Amino acid sequence: MIINREQIWELAAQGKRLDGRELEEYRSPITVDLNISWTAEGSSRVQIGETVVIAGVKLSIEKPYNDTPDEGGITVNAELTPLSSSEYESGPPGTKSIELARVIDRGIREAKAIDLKNLCIEAGEKAWFVTVDIITINDAGNLFDASGIAVLAALKTAHYPVVDSNTGAINYKEKTTETIRLNKEPVSATVYKINGKFLVDPTIQEEKSADARLTIASDKKGTISAIQKGGDAPLSLEETDAMIQIALEKATFLREELNKFVK
Amino acid sequence: MAYTKRLDGRKNNELRPMEAKASVVPNADGSASFKIGKTWAIAAVYGPREIFPRFLANPKTGIIRCHYSMMPFSGSGERIRPGRSRRAQEISMVMENALNPVIDLSAFPNTVVDIFVELPQTDAGTRCAAISAAAIALADAGIPMTDMVSSVAVGQVDGTVVADLMYNEEAYPAIVSDVPVAMLHNTKEITLLQMDGEISREDLMKALEIAKDATEKVYQEQMKALQEKFTKTEQK
Repeated sequence: MIINREQIWELAAQGKRLDGRELEEYRSPITVDLNISWTAEGSSRVQIGETVVIAGVKLSIEKPYNDTPDEGGITVNAELTPLSSSEYESGPPGTKSIELARVIDRGIREAKAIDLKNLCIEAGEKAWFVTVDIITINDAGNLFDASGIAVLAALKTAHYPVVDSNTGAINYKEKTTETIRLNKEPVSATVYKINGKFLVDPTIQEEKSADARLTIASDKKGTISAIQKGGDAPLSLEETDAMIQIALEKATFLREELNKFVK
Repeated sequence: MAYTKRLDGRKNNELRPMEAKASVVPNADGSASFKIGKTWAIAAVYGPREIFPRFLANPKTGIIRCHYSMMPFSGSGERIRPGRSRRAQEISMVMENALNPVIDLSAFPNTVVDIFVELPQTDAGTRCAAISAAAIALADAGIPMTDMVSSVAVGQVDGTVVADLMYNEEAYPAIVSDVPVAMLHNTKEITLLQMDGEISREDLMKALEIAKDATEKVYQEQMKALQEKFTKTEQK
C-alpha cells in the first residue's frame, strides 16, 4: 500500500482530507446489524465506511476467583484476522490486537457497565463469565471505534442461555428472555493528531500518517472510563484537553448512531 | 421409526435456503459470503503474492493455502478457543485438495494464493460452505480456474438418504452418516469426499447421486453471485 503521508500532512494543515471529509467527520454509512450469529448469546456487525467488524458474546458458568467469590467476570478478546487485511498474519495475537482488546475491555470494565456481582449465581461456587470476541472482517481504519460500538451492541442484545435446573448444565440452544443488565453504556471515540491538527475516523493511510492518537471511552454523562494514548509523538496539556473534548462529542454522536439500530 | 419426514420439513433432496454474495471484503483481491441455512462462511482471497516461509515456494507454479476458522462464538455449544485446532487444520487441508484441481497458477511460479475463511455462525456443513464460498472468492479474484467447485453434504439419517444435513439431523438418535462432497461443475468429478458415521455401499452411491443434483443447486447460487457482481461493475 502506498501511503501519501506528505499529502495527508499538507491537507491536514488546511483542514482537509484525501477523501474530502471534514476533519471531525465520520465516514458513512455507519450501520449496525444485530443478532447476526444465532450461536452467540449476543452479536453484532458494525460497518463504518469500508471498515467492518463482528462481535459475539458467549456466556459460561465458572467458579469465581478466590479474591472475588461473589463476582462473575468479563473479558474482551480481539482477532485481527488475515482475512481482513494483507497486513495481518495467522497465529497468536500480536500487540495490536491485544491493545485493541484491552482498551475496549477497560472501557467497559472500569465504567462498571456490568455489575459483576449480578453475575454471581452461588457465592464461591458459580458465576457467569462473559467473553466478547471482536473479529475483524475488513480493516479500512478506525478499528477502535468500530469495535467499541460492536461490543456494546453485542452485549445489549445478549440473552442468557437456559440452565438445566437439575444438572446445572447450560443449554446453549435455548435462550431465556433475560438480558445482561448494563448500568452504563461506554462508547469509545478516538482522536488522531496529524501535523498539529485533530481528526476522527481515520482511513488506514491516515492512521499510518498520524503522530499520535487518543482513545477515550465515556458514558452518557461524559464520565471517562478508559484512556489510551497511541503513537510516540508527545501531546501538550492543551492538545490533550482539546482531543478529549472532541472524543466526548464524538462518543455522543456514535451513541446516537448506535441507538438508531438498537431499540 | 424410519426417518420419513425431515425435522425441518424439507424434501430429501432439498437444500436449506442459500444466499451468496461476491466481493464482501474490500481489502481482499477477491471475496465472498455464502450462507446455507444457519451456516455462514465468509471467504477472502489474497494473491498471488510472495510466499513465506520461502522454502514452500514452487518454482514451477503458484500454490494455494487455505485457512479455515470458526469464530469463537460460532459453535452451537461453549465458546471455542481461538487458534488453529486439529480439526481446523485438517479441514484447511481437505479444502486445498478440493479446490486445487481447478486452479491453474502455472503463470505465477513461486507465489501463493491465500484463502481465508471465517464462520460467524454454524449449523453443520461448515467445510462445504467454506469451499463454496472460497470458490466464489477465487473467481472474484480473477484466479485462473478451469471449472467451478461446488460443495454440499449428503448422507443418510436412519435409512433415508438426504441432502444438506443440519446439526439436528447429524445428532439424530439413530444411525446417521454425513458425507461432505465437493464436485466440479463440468466433469462431475469429486474433489472432496469424507464420511462420518455408518453407511452401506448402496446408500453411499445413492447419496453421491443426490450430491450431483445438490452441488448443481449450489453452483447456480455461486454463479448468480458472480453474475450480480460483474454486471454491477459493468454498469459503473
